[in-house]
Amino acid sequence: MQEKLQALKNEAKDLIQGARDLKTLQDLRVKYLGKKGPITEVLRGMGKLSKEERPVIGQLANDVRASIQEAIDGKQGILENEAIEARLASETIDVTLPGRISSPGNHHPLTAVIEEIEDFFIGLGFSIAEGPEVEKDYYNFEALNLPKDHPARDMQDSFYITEELLLRTHTSPVQARTMEKHKGKGPVKVICPGKVYRRDTDDATHSHQFMQIEGLYVDKNVRLSDLKGILTAFAKKMFGEERQIRLRPSFFPFTEPSVEMDISCFHCNGEGCSVCKRTGWIEILGSGMVHPNVLEMSGFDSKEYTGFAFGMGPERIAMLKYGIDDIRHFYTNDTRFLKQFKRA
Amino acid sequence: MLVSYNWLKDYVDLNGVSPEALADKITKAGIEVEHVHAMSEGVKNIAVGHVVSCEQHPNADKLNLCQVDLGDETVQIVCGAPNVAKGQKVPVAKVGARLPGNIKIKRSKLRGETSNGMICSLSELGVDAKLVPKEFADGIYVFEEDAVVGENALSYLNLDDHVLELDILPNSAHCLNMIGVAYEVAAILNKDVDLPRVLVNETPMPAESKIRVNIEAKDAVPYYGARVIENINVKPSPQWLQNRLIAAGIRPISNIVDITNYVMLEYGQPLHAFDYERFGSDRVLVRHANDGEMITTLDDEERTLTTSDVVITNGIDPVAVAGVMGGVNSEVSSETRTVLLESAIFDALTVRKTASRLQMRTDASSRYEKKGIDRNRVAEAADRAAELIQTIAGGDVLSGIVEDGVRTVSPQVIKMPWQKVNDVLGTDLAPDTILSILSRLNFQAELNGDTLHASIPIRRPDVTIPEDLVEEVGRIYGYDHVPATLPEGPSTQGTLTAYQRKRRRVHRYFEGQGLQQAITYSLTTGKKASELRINNQGASGSVQLAMPMSEERSTLRMSIVPQLIEVVQYHLNRQMGDVKLYEIGKIFIANEEKNDLPIEREHVAGIFTGSREERIWEGQPLLVDYYTVKGVLEGLFNQLDVLSSISFKPAKRDGLHPGRTADIYLNNKVIGYLGQLHPNVQKANDLQDTFVFECDLQSVLNVDMGAITYKALPRYPSITRDIALVVKEDVKAGELYDVIRTAGGSLLNDIQLFDVYQGEHLEEGQKSLAFSLKYLDPERTLTDKEINQTHEDILNACQDKLGAVLRG
Repeated sequence: MQEKLQALKNEAKDLIQGARDLKTLQDLRVKYLGKKGPITEVLRGMGKLSKEERPVIGQLANDVRASIQEAIDGKQGILENEAIEARLASETIDVTLPGRISSPGNHHPLTAVIEEIEDFFIGLGFSIAEGPEVEKDYYNFEALNLPKDHPARDMQDSFYITEELLLRTHTSPVQARTMEKHKGKGPVKVICPGKVYRRDTDDATHSHQFMQIEGLYVDKNVRLSDLKGILTAFAKKMFGEERQIRLRPSFFPFTEPSVEMDISCFHCNGEGCSVCKRTGWIEILGSGMVHPNVLEMSGFDSKEYTGFAFGMGPERIAMLKYGIDDIRHFYTNDTRFLKQFKRA
Repeated sequence: MLVSYNWLKDYVDLNGVSPEALADKITKAGIEVEHVHAMSEGVKNIAVGHVVSCEQHPNADKLNLCQVDLGDETVQIVCGAPNVAKGQKVPVAKVGARLPGNIKIKRSKLRGETSNGMICSLSELGVDAKLVPKEFADGIYVFEEDAVVGENALSYLNLDDHVLELDILPNSAHCLNMIGVAYEVAAILNKDVDLPRVLVNETPMPAESKIRVNIEAKDAVPYYGARVIENINVKPSPQWLQNRLIAAGIRPISNIVDITNYVMLEYGQPLHAFDYERFGSDRVLVRHANDGEMITTLDDEERTLTTSDVVITNGIDPVAVAGVMGGVNSEVSSETRTVLLESAIFDALTVRKTASRLQMRTDASSRYEKKGIDRNRVAEAADRAAELIQTIAGGDVLSGIVEDGVRTVSPQVIKMPWQKVNDVLGTDLAPDTILSILSRLNFQAELNGDTLHASIPIRRPDVTIPEDLVEEVGRIYGYDHVPATLPEGPSTQGTLTAYQRKRRRVHRYFEGQGLQQAITYSLTTGKKASELRINNQGASGSVQLAMPMSEERSTLRMSIVPQLIEVVQYHLNRQMGDVKLYEIGKIFIANEEKNDLPIEREHVAGIFTGSREERIWEGQPLLVDYYTVKGVLEGLFNQLDVLSSISFKPAKRDGLHPGRTADIYLNNKVIGYLGQLHPNVQKANDLQDTFVFECDLQSVLNVDMGAITYKALPRYPSITRDIALVVKEDVKAGELYDVIRTAGGSLLNDIQLFDVYQGEHLEEGQKSLAFSLKYLDPERTLTDKEINQTHEDILNACQDKLGAVLRG
C-alpha cells in the first residue's frame, strides 16, 4: 500500500510537471484529488486496515494528497502567469504614437502680461478697476489737468465721436472715476488695465488700439520714495531679481513731480546693446506724484492727501520680455504667434 | 532743440565734462538727450588748402586741374565743382582722408590726370544738404580769406563740435534757447552762468522819428518793441555765425536773417526783420486779422486769415502773421538798407491756433506756443541783435526801442513749508541743502520761519505751484539719491471682484477646451460693425468716429464674431484650416442722447472650423460641428453653475444657417446665439464650414449664485430605467426633456439621452430617442411601485403632449 501511494505520487507529479495548459492541470486535479480519485479510494478503504496500519497509511495518504495539491497549485500559478504574459504580449501597442488629447488653447500674451501685473499689485493690496472705453472728454482730459486748450490734447491725436465723447486715449480716466467714487477719503489703491485708442497709423511700433495698465495710490503721506520702492519690487518681479531701476525727471500733465522709470537692460545687464540702444537702460513706464489739481478735481484735499500714479504699455513690456519685433502681431492673432506664449 | 557743445562753452565752464557725460547728466536731471551727434563722425584728415592755380582739364570740359597749396606741399587735384577758382581757400580731403559714408580718399587718375585728394563741398563733409548755404549748395565750400593754409579744416567749420539733441517737453521749454540751457547746465554742474554783455552804440537819432508802434490786439499781444537800424550791408554771414546756425539745424541765409535766428537760438526770443523801405508806412499796428484777409508769407504761400489770428500791419496791410512768419511784401533782400527789427511777446494759445490752422509750425511759433521765451529779456534780445547787426552788417542803430505794452513783469513768489520737499520726495534734506539747490537754479529763495519763499525767474513759466518747486529740488538733488521705501499707510486687502474672478475662470475654461484667445480691433467698417449682433432688433445704432482715419476703422463694433471671421480668413489664406478661437471684449451701442456714453457690454465670442482634434491617426478626422460648439458652451454654463437657467431654442438669424442656429436664453431673455455661418456667407468669404457663438458675458457672470451650501450625499440607492420613445422627426429633443422633467417631478433625479435613431424598422418621418432616467429619493428607498407609476406618468405625458409612442 505504501509503495502504491508513493508510486501514485511520483506518477502524478510527473504528469503535473508535464502539463501545458490549465485545462490539463484541471483534469489532473480531478483525476488525482477528485471524489473518484485513487487517494480518496485509499482513504475510503481505511476501514479494512489493521488498527496499527490505519494511522500510518492515513498519514501517508494525506501527505501524498497535500503534496499533489501543492504541485498542482504551484503549476497552476506558473501556467496562469504564462497565460497572462501571453495575453499581455498580444496586447502590446506602440506607446510612442501621439496621444489622443486635444491641445489646450492658451491666453493671449497681452492677457498674460496684464494678469501678471495685476497679480503683483493685488499682492500689495491693490484692486482692479475698469471703466468705459468710450469716455467723456471731462474724464479723459479735464479731470487729469488737461484743460481744453492744452497742447497735449490735439484733435489730431484722439478719436473723437462727438465734441464731448472720444475713445479714451489712456486708462487714466478710470483713476479719476475711482477717486471720485471714494469721495475724498483714502486710501485709494487701484490698477486700471484696458484698451486705449490713438490716431496713429498702424506700423511695426504704432497701433491705433493698444493696451495700457495704470496704477494709482492715494493716501495720507504717500511719497515719491514709496513709488520708487514699489516700482523697484515690480521691476524685479517682471524682469528678474538683478534689475536696477532709475527714475528720470519727466513731464506728464497729471503728475508733479513726474518721473520716467528705466530698468537696467536685462539683455546686456547694463553694458549697452541694441535692445537698450547702448545706454544700458530701458524705458519702462511713466509715473509721478499725482498733481494737486487732479486730486482736487476728483474731490481729494491736496493738503491732506498725496499719491502716486504710474502707467505702462503691456505691448511694450511683452515686446521687450519676449523679443517681439512688431506690435501688429498682437492684433493679427496668428495662432502660430499666440501658441508661443502658452507658458506665459 | 539742438545744442552745440562748443557754443554752450561760451556761457558755462565745461572743462572736464565730455559731451557724452554732459548728455547723461542733462538726461538724469530731466531733459532727455535723445542723441549726441559728433559732427566729425567718419571725417578725418581735411585741411585748408589754397587754390594756387585752376585750369581747364585737357580732356574734360567740366573738370578743372587745380594746384592746391596744403601748407607742407602743393598737389594737383582734379575738381569738377563749377565754383572752384584760383585764390580760394577750400577744404581739401587729403590722400588717406575719410569722408562720411565710409569713403576713403586715394590718389587717382581722372581722364589721364593725377588727382591727389578732393576739394570738398559741405555735404561731402557730412553737413545736411538742407543746411548748406545757398551760395555753396551746388559746389565746393570756400573759406574766408584769413583761413590759415594747412590747418585742420574741421575746426574752421566747427565740425569738431558735438550736438546734443534735447527732447523738449512742455515743462522744459526754458531749454528752447542756449541761455536757458546754460542755466540748466550750470545748475546741474553747480557752476556759474556767464551771459553775453550786450553793448549797443546808438546814433543820436531816435527810432521814434522813423516808426510808431501801436498794439490794438491787447488781449493777444502783451508787448511789441521795434528798433530801426540804417545803412546796413546785407551779405553772407561770417563763418562762425554760419557754423553755429548749421550746428543748430538752421540754414544760413544772409547776415540779417541769420542774426535774428541766432538771437532766437540764444535768447529764445523770436525776432523778425522787416525791410523798412518796403514796410509801406512809418507805423506798426498790431491787430486781429479781418475775416478773409490775405497775406503771402515768406514761404510763398498765400494765406487766408480769420479774426482769431493776429497780424502785424503797416496800419493798413498785414506784413506778418504774428509769431509765425513774415510776409514777402516786406522781406529783407540784398538791397535792403534799413531794417525794422521786431521783438515782441505774443500769446501762446493765439499763436498755436494760428500755426495749427495754417499748418505752419515754425521755429518762432513753437517758442511762443511752448512759452520757451524769457519774457523779461524781450528788449535785451532786440539789443543783442542790434549789436550783432552793427558788428557784422555795419549800420547805425537809431536810439531807443519804440514799444507798446508792458516790457517786464514781476516774478511770482511760491511760499510753502520747507518740509514739503521731504514730505513729497521721502527724503531727509536739510533746509540749507534745499536753499543751496534753489540758488544753483538761480531762484531767489529764503526761509521765513518754517516757510520757504522762492522767487521764480520769469524764464521758468513752468514753475507755478509748490509741487513744481519740489520737483526742481528733487531733480537737481537727483532721484538716484531718493531712498526706496514702502508706504506706511494702513494695509488694504487686494482682491479681484467676483466678476473679474469669474471672467478669469472663463478664460481658463476656453483655453482648456482648446481655444486660443484672440484680441481684435474694436474699430471696424460701418457694415461689419452691425453684422451678427446678438440684439438685432430696435433702432439702436452704431457709434461712429467723427473723423476716422479710414473706412476700415470708422465704427465701433456691435459684435465680435465678424472680427473673428477675419482672423479665420487670415489662417485659411495661410493653409491653416483648423482654427478655434475665442475673444472676450467690449461691444458698443450708441445712446440716443448723442453726448451720453454709449452702452458698453462685455461679450464672449468664439469661432470653430476644421477638425476637432489636432492630431488624428485613426481613421478620418472628426470635423467640428454645431454640437462641438454647443458642448463647449454647455460646459461653460455648467462650470459657472448657471446651466439650469440656460436654454437653447431654434432661431433664424441673418448670416447664419437657418436650420443650424439656436438662440441662447438665460431664463426668458436672449443673451446670445450659436450656429453655423450661412453657406452663402461661407462661400462669399471663402470659408469652410464655420461655427460661431457670441454671448453677453455680463449677463451670465452677473447671475448671483449665492454661496455654496453642502447637500448631504444620498444614503439610499438610485434606480435607473431606460425609455425609448418614437416621435415625429420635427419634435425637438429639448421638448422631450422639458416634458419628461415636468412629469418626472421630484423623484426624477437625472435624464441622459443615450441614443437617437432614424431609419430601418421605423416609419418614414419618425425618429426614436432613448433616455436613461435616474430616480432617487434622498430620504428613503424607492419602491418598484412608485417608480413604475412615475415612469408610466412620464410615458403618458410624452404621448399626450408630443405624440410619442413607446418603441416596441
